[in-house]
Formats: sequence, C-alpha cells, structure tokens
Amino acid sequence: MIRNLTLSVLAASVLIGGFAVDKATAAEETIFIPGLVYRTGPYAPGGIPSANGLSDYFNLINQRDGGANGVKLVFEECETGYNTKVGVECYEKFKSKKPIVVIPYSTGITYQLIPKTPIDKIPVFSMGYGRTSAADGRVFKWVFNFPTTYWSQASAIINYIGSQEGGIPNLKGKKIAHIYHNSAYGKEANPTLEVLSKKLGYKLKLLAVDHPGQEQKATWLQIRRWKPDYIFLSGWGVMNQVALKEASGIGFPMDHFIGNWWSGTEVDMGPVGAGGHGYKAATFHPPGGKSKLHDDIRKYVYGKGLGAGKVERIGEVLYNRAMLNAVFVVEAIRAAQKKFGVKVTTGEQVRWGLENTHFTEAKWAKLGLKGYPEIKVSCEDHEGGHPVLIQQWDAKAKTWNIASGWNPVMKDIIRPMIEADAAKFAKENNITPRDCSKED
Amino acid sequence: MDLWQAIVLDPILDMIDAPEFLAEVFIGGLMSGVMYSLVALGFVLIFKASGVFNFAQGVLALFAALTLVGLMTGTVPILLTQVPGMEMPPWLAIIITIVVMIGMAFLVERIILRPLVNQDPIIMFMSTIGLAFVLEGAGDILWGSEVKTLDIGIPNSTFMWADIQFQEFDIWAAVISAVMVVFLALFFQRTRVGRALRAVADDHQAALSVGIPLKAIWVVVWSVAGIVALVAGVMWGSKSGVQFSLSLIALKALPVLILGGFTSVPGAIVGGLIIGVGEKVAEVYWGPLVNGAIENWFAYMVALVFLLFMPQGLFGEKIIERV
Repeated sequence: MIRNLTLSVLAASVLIGGFAVDKATAAEETIFIPGLVYRTGPYAPGGIPSANGLSDYFNLINQRDGGANGVKLVFEECETGYNTKVGVECYEKFKSKKPIVVIPYSTGITYQLIPKTPIDKIPVFSMGYGRTSAADGRVFKWVFNFPTTYWSQASAIINYIGSQEGGIPNLKGKKIAHIYHNSAYGKEANPTLEVLSKKLGYKLKLLAVDHPGQEQKATWLQIRRWKPDYIFLSGWGVMNQVALKEASGIGFPMDHFIGNWWSGTEVDMGPVGAGGHGYKAATFHPPGGKSKLHDDIRKYVYGKGLGAGKVERIGEVLYNRAMLNAVFVVEAIRAAQKKFGVKVTTGEQVRWGLENTHFTEAKWAKLGLKGYPEIKVSCEDHEGGHPVLIQQWDAKAKTWNIASGWNPVMKDIIRPMIEADAAKFAKENNITPRDCSKED
Repeated sequence: MDLWQAIVLDPILDMIDAPEFLAEVFIGGLMSGVMYSLVALGFVLIFKASGVFNFAQGVLALFAALTLVGLMTGTVPILLTQVPGMEMPPWLAIIITIVVMIGMAFLVERIILRPLVNQDPIIMFMSTIGLAFVLEGAGDILWGSEVKTLDIGIPNSTFMWADIQFQEFDIWAAVISAVMVVFLALFFQRTRVGRALRAVADDHQAALSVGIPLKAIWVVVWSVAGIVALVAGVMWGSKSGVQFSLSLIALKALPVLILGGFTSVPGAIVGGLIIGVGEKVAEVYWGPLVNGAIENWFAYMVALVFLLFMPQGLFGEKIIERV
C-alpha cells in the first residue's frame, strides 16, 4: 500500500514537473538554431574553433542584447564527427524543434540536405562551402553560400597568381598543381581550374589525396618531378599539416604554395614549424581578434565565464569564420523580424532574411567589424560575389598577416558555369527555376 | 590498342626514360613501407601471443604519442594547462610514457583479457574494439583534441645522392625500424619469454598446463606492443603532429598484415616494404589514368590477390586443423 502510494506520488511529481518545464519553455519565446559540429574525431582540431565561434557569438547576442530583438537564441550542438551520415541524422533529430536555419559545416552533409530542406522549409547556410552552383538562387531557393564559393575562390587565386607574375597574360605556360582532398569538398575547385587553364593557357595538374591524408609521398614525388610554379591546396585536417611538412621537406618555395580557405589556419601550421614561413592561403575575412566585436565577446561572454573555448584563441582563422557565419544568421533573423513583424521567426521568414542580406561598410562598422567589403545577396545570386584576401603565415610571430588586397573573382566566367550546373540540376530534379522579378 | 598503350606501354616507357625518378619512387615507397611496418609490428606481437587481432593498436599509438607530448610540454591532464618549468626532456618523457604503457598492459590484462581466457578469438577481438573506444575517449579527456606539435629532434631536411633525393626523416625511420625488428626477432627467438609467447599463441590451455604463466605473458606482450605503438606514434606524429587521425594509421597496417602474415615479425617488415613500393609505383605511373588517389585501394587489392593464393601470407604459419 505504502509502495503504491509512493509510486503514485512519484509519477504525479514527474507529470507535474514535466508540465511545469513545458509551460516555462512556452512562456519564454526562443529561436532555435542547431549546430552540426565536430568536436571529436580526426577533424576535431578544425571543428573545435569553428564550433566555439558559433556558440560564442550566439551567446554574445543573448548576453549583451538579450537576444535578437529581445528573443533568446537557443543554440544546440549535435556532434557529427565530420561524418555525412551522422550529420544527416543530426538534421533529422533537430527537425521537430523548428530550426530557423541549418549550418551543416561540411560539404558532404550540405549535398545530402539540399533535397530535404525545401520540403522541411529550413534554409541551409553553407558559408563558403557546399555546392557552388547553389549560388543560383532561382534553382536553389533554400540554399545560401555567400559571401563567396569554391569556384569564385579558385578564380580569385588565379587572379592573385597572375598579379604575382606581372599580369594574367603571363600565366601562359606556367605550371599550377592542385592538390585536393579526394572528396566532394576537395573536388569542387577542379572544374573552374580546368576552364581557366584552357582560357588562360597555364598547365594544370590535379593530384588527389585520399582521406585522411596522413600519407602523401606519392603526391609529392609527382610534384618533385613536374616542378610546378605554384601549388594550390584544397585540404582539410591532417592532410594540410602533412602537405605543409612535405612541401617544406622538399624545399618547395612557400610563397608559391597557396591554400584555400580551409587550408590556412593556425591549426595547420604547428607541425611544420619554421618551415611553414611564407605559406599563403585564401580567406574571405581578415585574420586577428582585435575588433570591437571580439572585445565584446571577451567582455560579455568570457568575462562571465560563458566562453566555449579558451579566451586566447579568440581571433583564430576558424573561430572568426564561424563567428562571421553566426553574424550573418543573426542579421537574417533581425531582417525577418522587421519584415514580417514577428518576434519568433520561422525558417521561411529567415530564408527571406538571408536572401535579402545586404552588408554595407556602415553596417559592418555598426557590428564592430572593419575592413570587409560590401555583400549583397539576391534572389538570383545566393553567393554575393565577395572578393578574396590572401593571408601569409609568419612562423616567428605565429600569426597570419594580410598579403594582398581584395582579389576580385572572375564573375564573367564563374556565373555562367554556376547557371549551367544549376540548370542541369533543375532538369534532373524537375525543378522549375523561380522568376525572381516576381519575388518579394 | 590505345588502351594497351595507356595501361602498359606508356608507364613502362616512362620508367625506362627516367630511371633515377623510378629509383626515387622505389626508395620513397620503401621509406613509406617502413612506416607501415612499424604499425603492423604491434598487431603481429599481440596476434602471436594471443591469437587476437588487436583493433586498438592504432589507438594505442595515438594514446602513447599523446602522453609523450603531454609530458614534454608540461601539460596537466584534463585541465590541459601547461605549467612552466614542468616540461620534460624527450628522454625522460619517453621513459615515463613507457611506464604508462606498461601500466596500461597490466590494466588490459586484469580488466579485459583475464575474464576472457579461452573465449573464442572473435570475443577477444570485440573486446579490443571496446578498448579502442575507451582509449580514444580517455585520450581526448586527458590530453584534448588539438593538434600537438611533436619535435624530438629528427631533422626534416633533404639531401641528394646519385641524383636521388632523400629525406633525413625517412632515413631515421628506417634505422629505428631496423633496430626494433632486430630487438623483437631476438626477443621472440632467443628468450624464454619469447618462446613462452609462442606457446601461448598456439593454445592457452596447453600453455597453462605446462606451467607457462599466462597472465604474466599477456602483460609482457601488451607492454612490448605498447612500446612499439609509442615508436609508431612518435614517427607518424612527428610528420603530421599528434592528433586523433593518428588512430587511422591502423588502416595502413591491414594490407601489410595480410601480405606478410599475422604471425611473422619479418613478414610485417617485408609486407610493409612490398605494399609501400607497390602503392607508390601504382599511384605515380598508373594513378593519372583514373584521376589518382589509387594507393589506398591498390594496397588492399594486392592483399586480396595474396589472400587468394597464400591465405596465410608470405611468412605466416600454415594452419592445419584435424577434423
């Protein structure tokens, strides 16, 4: 009798408690943002600063501003281990929580989510990665990859190499090798490099490296034999560290070795040590952590003991990139709140916010970030066409320094390629491209 | 005809045209093979002594390297803060890491192996999968997931000899592996413990019945495998930094083991060299025909061919079971 009574009381407590939690949740209006992150596994060294950058910025908005226009942001991480299958499972798990955007942080996961998100009405924001032709917003209504894409990046790097050689015409006859991660991500730049090779007359060698890239001797033997003038690296994780060490080992001139924006981080430079001095990499944001926005994160997040990582790692390349990713998401939420007159936004509304992203110099300054060019996204153009910076590693100071101005992308070549690929995708998937003149 | 030209004639003519480059590819393959052998040796040791394929060998290498770097940099486990003045010289850190690996061998024997005496090999294998997950998690909690630079003074420079480029790092790896092989061969062939190890591998019950202390033997063999893992972890970690992808080097050892035999120390070395040379030659001369990146699957394909004709590998023991 006593046992039954106790059980009944316990059950009632659980029920009441459960309702109380539900009521509290319902009373507090929140916006849910899932994060597909990887803090474990072979790619964790790159995943950790990225996850920290996202978490810290959303935390800053809650702590400093009380949320996006007063609505708290709930950021929840799901560990993918940089595994596409697990990433898709994370997405399925989060779907019922009505996320306003999904940030896949993996080109492989992005490819898998592209057919799912139009049905679920959740925009995908794959900032500077994922499927390049998703930049054609007429076909890929729910996918955004601004401020720039792999194809644009490749063209900007060719532009930069041209400038180093005294002009684009001087590229004729030069040898450029592309060492790439043998995955959807690594292969993205190949079509652009091939098209530009035919147009500009440089010789191109494509060298694939299998996951994880711990062993690359065959690749570097071929480099030794072919003797390229420049090497472009599209690596990730241990592949970058080994490539840098091999290049340094064979004495390849580091200032002619240029990584893409996932191959130029502080994490990559440790093992190569002094041998990495002078190595260059593309980026779409300045390095360092001295902006007002960084100061705010130190003050409002780390000052309160809420930081996701170590305070001294604020400003690292991957941290800044993820922080920028979060900045774009929050501004899209704010734009959607204003446009639709709501506090808690839906995925559809934030999709509109992303599509109407417009960052002017004044807006960057207001956000506490300086030195960024204008970004304008539209119904047709989900990329924004952002130019690309080249940064260079100083092994003594262990810092990245800006080594170029903003290198323009070759829009006249890249945009037709994007439209052709998007049209092919539309045909294969029975998608009728949107008429952007009729869009709001 | 074009296909014949592309697949057979062109690569062979290319080799003939540039023999010094072929020699460089060959030597590069040998050097890579030495690194694969280092990993394969750890597998062979445990398989010889217990008939168990140790799935955790790659993670053992990772864990040993993490411990070594942690000690060298004066890092406090779990807190991950570096205490100035607590940095250890490499020789001291190596000794302490060896002690840690021996301690781990005791724990493995006590917690995992002892309760599983006389169980089917598949059950022992499953237990090593569990061990791999535990060690990987423990490594993450104790030492963190960041890439750690490991510098024990092995130079990374190159030198030319007879128009062939050599990397000093590779030469060091070859010398260290050679020393390891000699040491292990003497240990197995010339010591009482070594002979006891082989007896245990044949039959746990029979070894016990003639007075061989099974528990002590397992501790010894896991300790030696831990030390081999440390050497492999140091060599691979010096190239790429110590990070969790190190655990994947085990994948490089599998074709080597199939080729060389699971029970042969010389087999691990010869198998490593054949795989190393084979995959480099294949990648450089035939890779471009299929957009490259063939070396990983090529190694497994070679192993598969060997499995068809020599299931026990080049040097493995022929297993004959009476029915």
